[in-house]
Amino acid sequence: MFKALADATRRAILDELQDRDGQSLFELCTRLTMRHGLGSTRQAVSQHLEVLEEAGLVTVRREGRYKFHHLDTRPLRQIAVRWPVPDEGESS
Amino acid sequence: MIRITVTSVFVDDQSKALDFYTGVLGFQVKNDIPLGGDDRWLTVVSPAATDGVELLLEPSGHPAVGPFKAALVEDGIPATSFGVDDLQAEFERLTARGVRFVQPPTDMGPVIVATIDDTCGNLIQLAQMTS
Repeated sequence: MFKALADATRRAILDELQDRDGQSLFELCTRLTMRHGLGSTRQAVSQHLEVLEEAGLVTVRREGRYKFHHLDTRPLRQIAVRWPVPDEGESS
Repeated sequence: MIRITVTSVFVDDQSKALDFYTGVLGFQVKNDIPLGGDDRWLTVVSPAATDGVELLLEPSGHPAVGPFKAALVEDGIPATSFGVDDLQAEFERLTARGVRFVQPPTDMGPVIVATIDDTCGNLIQLAQMTS
């Protein structure tokens, strides 16, 4: 998971799925180009998605002939478990 | 001078496509000429430009067309793109008519885009220029 997060394009993909969950590869590519100025090829974005999928951060859902990508933030919980964040006001 | 007069999309069924592109989207038939078998030279135009570019609703009979279209749809790639003046209004109008939006209107900076399913094996992008 840490490897999956250690890339600006992959983090931008997660940002865009947070903005709207359930996107096609084309929509993600368009958003990366138009909103982030990232000129990644479709093949490159596809490979980034595979890394995110292996890390459990993205799931693929097939609906008829469509293929949509969904965000799953649950693996991130282990970060807070491993390095708990103190509540506001507590000395740290 | 060279001009674009006809562009095309491969449709699974020309009669069904005619219903969708005229009855639902609102284009008008320009040419409907019988070809061999059940195939027709079937073109539609926008009511805003009846002498403008014609969209050919082309038969999908060639064996390469099916896999080609399926691969595009799987990755969400539109077969073509149509311009609209007010995408939000089109979203509401077409949704009310049962059109499936694979992507709702999305602000991409100089353009707002959405993607619909044409029920004939294609995704179609709708685009409103904002600048």
